[in-house]
Amino acid sequence: MERDDLIEYSLHGHHDEATGKSIRQKIYKVTLLLTVITVIEVFIGASIKQSSDWWTTVKVIFILLTLLKAGYIVMVFMHLGDERRYLRNVILIPYFIFVLYLIFIALYEGTAVGAAWDKMFP
Amino acid sequence: MAGHSAQLDAKTLWGGKESPFQTSYGKLMMWFFLVSDALTFSGLLIAYGFTRHDALDSWPIGEETFNSMPFLGHGYPLLYVALMTFILIVSSVTMVLAVEAGHRMDRKGVTKWMIATIIGGFFFLGSQAWEWSHFIHGSEFGKIELADGSVAIVKGHFGELESFQVIEAGKKHKVGAVIKEDLMHQFQHAAEKGHLEDGKIHLADGSVAKINKAADHDMKLIIKKDGNTYKVGGKEITGKEAEKLYYEALYAGEENRVIYGANMKQNEYGPQQYAQFFFFITGFHGFHVFSGVIINIIILLGVLSGTYHKRGHYEMVEKTGLYWHFVDLVWVFVFTFFYLL
Repeated sequence: MERDDLIEYSLHGHHDEATGKSIRQKIYKVTLLLTVITVIEVFIGASIKQSSDWWTTVKVIFILLTLLKAGYIVMVFMHLGDERRYLRNVILIPYFIFVLYLIFIALYEGTAVGAAWDKMFP
Repeated sequence: MAGHSAQLDAKTLWGGKESPFQTSYGKLMMWFFLVSDALTFSGLLIAYGFTRHDALDSWPIGEETFNSMPFLGHGYPLLYVALMTFILIVSSVTMVLAVEAGHRMDRKGVTKWMIATIIGGFFFLGSQAWEWSHFIHGSEFGKIELADGSVAIVKGHFGELESFQVIEAGKKHKVGAVIKEDLMHQFQHAAEKGHLEDGKIHLADGSVAKINKAADHDMKLIIKKDGNTYKVGGKEITGKEAEKLYYEALYAGEENRVIYGANMKQNEYGPQQYAQFFFFITGFHGFHVFSGVIINIIILLGVLSGTYHKRGHYEMVEKTGLYWHFVDLVWVFVFTFFYLL
């Protein structure tokens, strides 16, 4: 049955050439940013050894840069930033709840397993 | 309730005219699928972190394992993976440009950028095939168990094998014959089987040959498992000392002292789980890239035949675009957690 009272949301995406131009500029800017971040990551990775005292700091920097990259990809390329707030929350909140729990339980259990290994094979 | 449902029409069932998300059903479902797929990948990477946390020092370091470039050889830590990352980011950009062109109903633009995206996808798949092949075949030195029981990975420049000079006849080769073909393969096979002794190789046909080999350069041993003398994280073993230890072990004539490359049972890089995680995580991601390329091709055919233009919107391009960006997103995390850390 055809519904004439439903809103065709697919048509909402249309925009004119002027808007397109500003969107493309934003895309190019983000591309440059992602490339620069990747270059920085490789540079740090190649120049600082894992045995270095700075390695813990480097690890934190890597994770922060990765989250920054991921944020730009999701918010700009996947234009989740332009969607409604409800949609954004429905996607991000359950994901973060699960993943943070998973990370917590893996670290907690991992420490216990590590201690057990140490006890068995000192 | 079931008995009444036949009398209800769609209008009564779905009273709300407006979706709270203000988005189409297809796009919403694509997002839900991506959330579940993201959780799968998170699970894999967290499992990797858990296993690595247990193994600690014996776990291989990305820049030690992945330091080769096609045509250029060794000594380029992580550059190739960075290049792969860049290729995937660029193909993500061309995809978002295709989506933007779709919003302006610019059919030519969509076609152009979709084709660019598909080419980028093939480039990435090819790079990954090269990386896998390189990972499976391994280095020229392999990983070796030294005389004191410690296990070391070896870095440096392997001196070329020049020839095998037969000194004891076998079924196929006569004394004095000089073998110049397939040297590396025979050498590594003999090394794994323990058929190398004091600079001599026992060939498959029963003959014994002297190995003529150019000198190695800049050899460095990195200990991955403690022995009686050498410990993980101890002083670097380089130069003559490294060469002496390496060839003592290689020419000891014992089986399984050296491992080349990787398979499901063992690998030259580190613990067994390392190669398994490598195959599973990059393989699962590569499978996503592959299916993404196929889906992109199908959508491109739709664009070319004008299906979406007639429909009045290019939302199909946007939906497949979401999937393609997701593949890029996953790679960003794989790059950090598998290669960098």
